[in-house]
Amino acid sequence: MSTQDKTSSQLFNRKLIVPALKDAVVKLHPAKLIQNPIIFIVGLGAVLTTGIVVANLFAGHFSSFDFQITVWLWFTVLFANFSEAIAEGRGKAQAETLKKSRTQTKARRMKGDKEEVVWATELTRGNLVVCETGDVIPADGDVIEGIASVDESAITGESAPVIRESGGDRCAVTGGTKVLSDKIIIKVTSEPGDTFLDRMIALVEGAKRKKTPNEIALNNLLLGLTAIFLIAVITLPSLFNYNLAGQQSTLSLTILVALLVCLIPTTIGGLLSAIGISGMDRLLQKNVIATSGKAVEAAGDVDVLMLDKTGTITLGNRMATDFIPADTISQEALADAAQLASLADETPEGRSVVILAKEKFHLRERHIHESDMTFVPFTAQSRMSGVDIRLPNGKIRSIRKGATDAIRKFVQNNNGFFPQSVSDKVVELSGQGATPLVVADGDQVLGVIHLKDIVKGGIKHRFAQLRAMGIKTVMVTGDNPLTAAAIAAEAGVDDFIAEAKPEDKLSRIRQEQANGHLVGMIGDGTNDAPALAQADIGIAMNSGTQAAREAGNMVDLDSNPTKLIEVVETGKQLLMTRGSLTTFSIANDVSKYFAIIPAIAAGLYAGANGQGVLSALNIMHLATPQSAILSAVIFNALIIVLLIPLALKGVKYRPLSSNRILAKNLLVYGLGGLVVPFIGIKLIDIVLQLLHCV
Amino acid sequence: MSTFIQLALFLGALILLTPVLGKYMKQVISGENHILTPVLGWLERSIYRVCGIDPQEDMNWKKYLASLLWFNFFGFVIVFALQLTQAWLPFNPAKVPNTSWHLALNTAISFVTNTNWQSYSGESTMSYLTQMAALGVQNFLSAATGLAVLIALMKGLIKNTKQQLGNFWVDLTRSVIYILLPLSIVFALILVGQGVVQTFSSYTDTTTLEGVKQVIPLGPAASQIAIKQLGTNGGGFFGVNSAHPFENPTPFSNFLEMLAILLIPAALTYTYGLFIGSKKQGWTLFGAMLIILCVGLGVSLYAEYAANPALHIAGSMEGKETRFGIVNSIIWSTSTTVASNGSVNAMHDSLSPLAGLVAMFNMMLGEVVFGGVGSGLYGMIAFVILTVFIAGLMVGRTPEYLGKKIESFEVRMALIAVLAPAVCILAFTAIAVSAHAGLAGLNNKGPHGLSEILYAFTSACANNGSAFAGLTTNTPFYNVLLSICMLVGRFGVIIPMMAIAGSMAGKKVTPVSSGTFHTDNGMFLILLIGVIIIVGGLTFFPALSLGPILEHLLMQAGMTF
Repeated sequence: MSTQDKTSSQLFNRKLIVPALKDAVVKLHPAKLIQNPIIFIVGLGAVLTTGIVVANLFAGHFSSFDFQITVWLWFTVLFANFSEAIAEGRGKAQAETLKKSRTQTKARRMKGDKEEVVWATELTRGNLVVCETGDVIPADGDVIEGIASVDESAITGESAPVIRESGGDRCAVTGGTKVLSDKIIIKVTSEPGDTFLDRMIALVEGAKRKKTPNEIALNNLLLGLTAIFLIAVITLPSLFNYNLAGQQSTLSLTILVALLVCLIPTTIGGLLSAIGISGMDRLLQKNVIATSGKAVEAAGDVDVLMLDKTGTITLGNRMATDFIPADTISQEALADAAQLASLADETPEGRSVVILAKEKFHLRERHIHESDMTFVPFTAQSRMSGVDIRLPNGKIRSIRKGATDAIRKFVQNNNGFFPQSVSDKVVELSGQGATPLVVADGDQVLGVIHLKDIVKGGIKHRFAQLRAMGIKTVMVTGDNPLTAAAIAAEAGVDDFIAEAKPEDKLSRIRQEQANGHLVGMIGDGTNDAPALAQADIGIAMNSGTQAAREAGNMVDLDSNPTKLIEVVETGKQLLMTRGSLTTFSIANDVSKYFAIIPAIAAGLYAGANGQGVLSALNIMHLATPQSAILSAVIFNALIIVLLIPLALKGVKYRPLSSNRILAKNLLVYGLGGLVVPFIGIKLIDIVLQLLHCV
Repeated sequence: MSTFIQLALFLGALILLTPVLGKYMKQVISGENHILTPVLGWLERSIYRVCGIDPQEDMNWKKYLASLLWFNFFGFVIVFALQLTQAWLPFNPAKVPNTSWHLALNTAISFVTNTNWQSYSGESTMSYLTQMAALGVQNFLSAATGLAVLIALMKGLIKNTKQQLGNFWVDLTRSVIYILLPLSIVFALILVGQGVVQTFSSYTDTTTLEGVKQVIPLGPAASQIAIKQLGTNGGGFFGVNSAHPFENPTPFSNFLEMLAILLIPAALTYTYGLFIGSKKQGWTLFGAMLIILCVGLGVSLYAEYAANPALHIAGSMEGKETRFGIVNSIIWSTSTTVASNGSVNAMHDSLSPLAGLVAMFNMMLGEVVFGGVGSGLYGMIAFVILTVFIAGLMVGRTPEYLGKKIESFEVRMALIAVLAPAVCILAFTAIAVSAHAGLAGLNNKGPHGLSEILYAFTSACANNGSAFAGLTTNTPFYNVLLSICMLVGRFGVIIPMMAIAGSMAGKKVTPVSSGTFHTDNGMFLILLIGVIIIVGGLTFFPALSLGPILEHLLMQAGMTF
């Protein structure tokens, strides 16, 4: 999908616009239109005025005003449809790529000891299938035997192959991905037609899109407002005719329809579903798939984030950051010995020691004859590793690095002693949350390597932003409380759970929820599944197990734990966009009243110049009543188109406190909503006059 | 200058009394011990004993609402029946006859719904028994009903996950005996001291200076005036209400009566703040109300003092009592229309068009600016919920009020509460101006006539009860239509608000954080006013343009009606 990013990052391109225009027309079908009741009412109005225009034509006269109103009413409907179509279109483009990987594949199903070749669609839950190098994995499942590298680029867009192996947390494979090497046996976990890929396609296409709770509530509000405006418009003629006292009414049906359409919240009504779809779409751009729009919305409400320490807050592994020599030993000598002891150590910690020595003292990896070196690997019993070097004089130099106790035993066995100063240093480092690694050469303790969890750059700032937004962060780690506290302080999280077991996570989530919080977490392992299911937002990593992916309500295709924060931001942005455009839409009504009411009532008690006293309400000084009404209708239609980019991109989001966000949005969309249409309608009126439209 | 002194005195007294009475009402409502417990506690307990009420019973919203509706229905039946039989019953020295069925219907609904719309003139239509046992009693009970709804709503909004909202009978009893009764007794005594009549003797005949015989109606007025002002009822003892010298004899009685209109509704905002545990929330609502009140006062005073170009005089005294003058007439007309009271000390029909517009607009907002006893605040909370929903989304969270999430159901109910009266006003006005029966009772032509009809329906729907006059409404057509308006205006709000109380009661409370949408600061106050004006008021812009605004502009052009 990374290739997709480039094309879809442009909001509009021809590939999207042309089908969307077509869709906008297709969506005129009443059965489809009624799903958006407000736009449906506009459609009814357009049908009505079309009828008037046609009836007048048959009667032999043509009203240019009626005709133009009618045209713009139809445009209003089409623009609203277009906004939805273009939002869906972006999803559809992504779905197409996914569909390509769903091409019909064959599977090697195991039947007892034998294999049979069947179509992938015939596989059912519980079947065992064999996949070898070059095979496309036919269905979702768990690896139950073997290990393989798998190309998951079809789903994740990430070209680097990933390892999938039986047992553990990396056993899940997805149908449509490709085995690059080795052989695995997979237990199918999905029914045909309901694979992860199928569901993803459905979600991306928006086929299963249901209105979210907040969307329903907002729809209720908009419908209520529509109902009251409907009454206001329906009752208008009788109030109007009363004042006429028998004069010929100038209040035509077309004008009433125009007034109604201008008053009902068409702007937000037209853009509402586009906002919802594009919210999910924006997540997709970030390679996160939400199982429902509801989940995206809930993400905005999350106020407690449970974050795993490793990978989210700290870089994956501990790193050597310092060499602290014992008395009488130079730092360089310690670094040299430490590097020697780590040469064969392929763990990230070991490599970091080699690198640190190189960086600090320009110590190169030496070329000691391999035959002269015997590496001593780490074992759970010895709890140290190192190297034995045969010196030219035949003596053996034993360098070891390891836990304090193990090294103490090692030097004592060599008739050495463990210096007090080193002991003190070890205690001090532990207190800081670091891991001290002691290095010894034969009977001599050389010093301590300072191994440290490296907190990711910028994460502290990120947490500060979250705190400003009112979101609490809880770090979850298997470390002891001392280490955990030190890292928590360094990263700036609000709270931590040390020595966490999976059930601790679950009970913490329950406890937070009982206190009224909404909790978001990200996880991958099978033992994360209950917590993922319990959390209000559970994001499963795509690299995780099938159980985890089933339990969460979002899947992060990049398997990047930091995503959780972005997901929350996207959710907030979605709600903010909705609220801002609603405010804008409702505030717009003020100006429309001032455009239309003087226009329709201008004739009342008219003086010699044909201007009634109510012309005083024409504060915009619109040229003629017709031009005033037409301008309002045109503005009402155009504003939908102009706001489509905003609906798709979402309002600008910055992590600030609610008061500042509100002040900002209120200024832009509330005050803007009051002022902009006054200017817009006046401008359109001027243009109409220049073009002699009315 | 004296205008501002009088305004400042009035508003100052209101602001000072708000926390005092507010705190006391909080104690009463939550059943704490207060100053009157030792004095009247026995009365409360014996009422429960006699009526067989179990004060410990905790009701859910449906049970609470059902009790309320039944109670109001029986109240209606009694008032209805008394009017139809008053000729045969005692305490009828003036020998007034039974009323017509439609007047009885209208009056019964009017007093049960705390509207006190009067299609009749009190002294010539109702016996002392009807005035006291039917109308006077309902003055207390309808106000207490409004309080009970507010109490239930407050219990639903506070941090509490149980579904129950308390006991309707307990809330009702306490409201009457600890709040309404003592306040009105004190107030009635002061009024008598100022010269308001309080007697059971019959009307007296005198000969005027011109030698004409005149009947001077009397009656037990002071007691009823006290509660009609305090309980935002507004139904006068005499036809011309508090413009009558026996109802409102002196400038001091006038000052007190004006203050009494807003006293309880204003103090309830403080009670609310205390009850939900944040005085700031209460003051925010108070502030929003005060601002709208002041703007209305300003516009009305400006309109009254401005010259009428047709008459070349500034400051029209037509329809106003010289005892009170323009300022006090305007403070009254504004207070009585914001507060769902409906009593008058000047004829609103004679207000300048814009002052009439303000009076009407106040009612169209749904009587949420202080509003009726209880009903003003629960109506305001409907607007608060809508504001929280519209604006709350802008901070990027599902909107919540007092930590409880506002969802589809609450939005729907709040909308019904806000819009049901509005729909009624517009629909019935349209019917009335289109129907022969509707135009028959009209005294004035042109936009002023439209204002008169619009005012009548607005007043009924808002449960205000003040009349623009100039429109004869004691006809089957108006009596029935206005009855429907009053019912919708009352129960069309009570029922959805009780439903909100019920659904909010069970909700979890999200702790406050810096991401929370705050409902207790200046920004929310502005937002709330914006939503009240745009959602609650803008709907009426076309109707108002064709009525008072048109009339105002015509007046500027030298044309009057």
